[in-house]
Amino acid sequence: MTSAAATSPSTPAERPPRTIVPVHPALVRVTHWVNVFAMVCMIMSGWMIYNASPLFGFSFPAWATLGGWLGGAIAWHLAAMWLLVGNGAAYVVYGLVSGHFRHNLLPLWPREVLRDARDAARFRLRHHEGEYNSLQRLAYIGVLTLGMLAVASGLALWKPVQLQGLTALFGGYDVARRVHFIVMMGIVGFILIHLALVVLVPRTLLGMIGGRTKLPAAREKLSG
Amino acid sequence: MNHETRIQLSEHRPALRRLERRQVLRRGLSLGALTMLTGCNLQDGDAVDRVLWAMSRWNDRVQAWLFDPNRLAPTYPASAITNPFPFNAFYPVDDAPEIDGNDYALEVSGRVADKQSWTLAKLRLLPQESQITRHICIEGWSAIGQWSGVPFRVFLQRIGADLRARYVGFKCADRYYSSIDMATALHPQTILALDYGNAPLPPKYGFPMKLRVPTKLGFKNPKHIAAIFVTNDYPGGYWEDQGYNWFSGS
Repeated sequence: MTSAAATSPSTPAERPPRTIVPVHPALVRVTHWVNVFAMVCMIMSGWMIYNASPLFGFSFPAWATLGGWLGGAIAWHLAAMWLLVGNGAAYVVYGLVSGHFRHNLLPLWPREVLRDARDAARFRLRHHEGEYNSLQRLAYIGVLTLGMLAVASGLALWKPVQLQGLTALFGGYDVARRVHFIVMMGIVGFILIHLALVVLVPRTLLGMIGGRTKLPAAREKLSG
Repeated sequence: MNHETRIQLSEHRPALRRLERRQVLRRGLSLGALTMLTGCNLQDGDAVDRVLWAMSRWNDRVQAWLFDPNRLAPTYPASAITNPFPFNAFYPVDDAPEIDGNDYALEVSGRVADKQSWTLAKLRLLPQESQITRHICIEGWSAIGQWSGVPFRVFLQRIGADLRARYVGFKCADRYYSSIDMATALHPQTILALDYGNAPLPPKYGFPMKLRVPTKLGFKNPKHIAAIFVTNDYPGGYWEDQGYNWFSGS
């Protein structure tokens, strides 16, 4: 953008051709940010719960935890879980009913994933607002699956008697604990990559906040 | 001056302790609130605290609704028993109370017809049941153990308890206290355990009697029980009053 364009109101004719593309529907944006809050609460309080009886040879630093002590952490975890599940359910129902999943996350072909992965490795993968490349599709489907596994393994740990079939499906209480932990690590891994990519392509953040992004040329827009 | 201060402190110790318990949760939660909510203007720990307590009461209701009085906790073969079974309490194992079984008299009060106390010999005459179940601690670890004793339903019927009352409360010789819902009290696997393995409970596991509730977390299994009462008034508990979820069903 030129400095003239930024300082003086210009007529449309003077502007370079641009399209304002709606990137994310309102429901996706709202559930995204509610999910950010709920996930951060769940992960930080979960780390403090982990610290009460570490499964592996390390503990999480206190500054990265939420709740102050085990009772506080569990209070956070079992309160935020309703927000996480309610918000997640709203998103999934919307995704299924509106066609958001069908249009934007599918299809996912291994060949395209390989092609995009090759491009990404050579820093040649371009980001198109309003359209997910196959690596994004894979990542979003993956993290959705992890989210559902986190909820299912969490339920198996919360209710190993009332939902004992579910706990047995995970291989018992002790295995469910490990699954819950590994799933958390997967989600944290996704978050780190996700944040790194937002830093690389900062305008995507505006799309998730305002729902629109200005592009130099028209692109296919996200449907649904 | 110092001497005066000490006297004043000792006079107010019970009140201080109560206040301290309330503060523990509040401080923890306001720390969380600060971590989480900087920039959101919601830095009032009390408001966050109230939301968390309200959610915990909501979770009590959800769990009472989820609780199936006929669903049994999984049981295990003797080979699965965790050995040694871990000790856990709010004090180190050396501080576990030493109780003389000959002097022991379990007190019964509240909404019951027969308030006579119970000796160990009398309790042993009641029907006994054994179970090998998983004890799940709120800290996350779990261990499998074998407990035997009187089905709590049988005991409650024997003392003529009001089985429609809401709560059964427990006071323990180690100053611990807790309470459970009546539906759980009547569950077939809820027992007044007198034995661990094939011998009377050792002091570290709650001699002379502990409540074994395999449908709840470990801290809802009070040890060294000295008194049992049936009530409609929420009795709370040692950890519950500090912020652990009251129902804590498994």
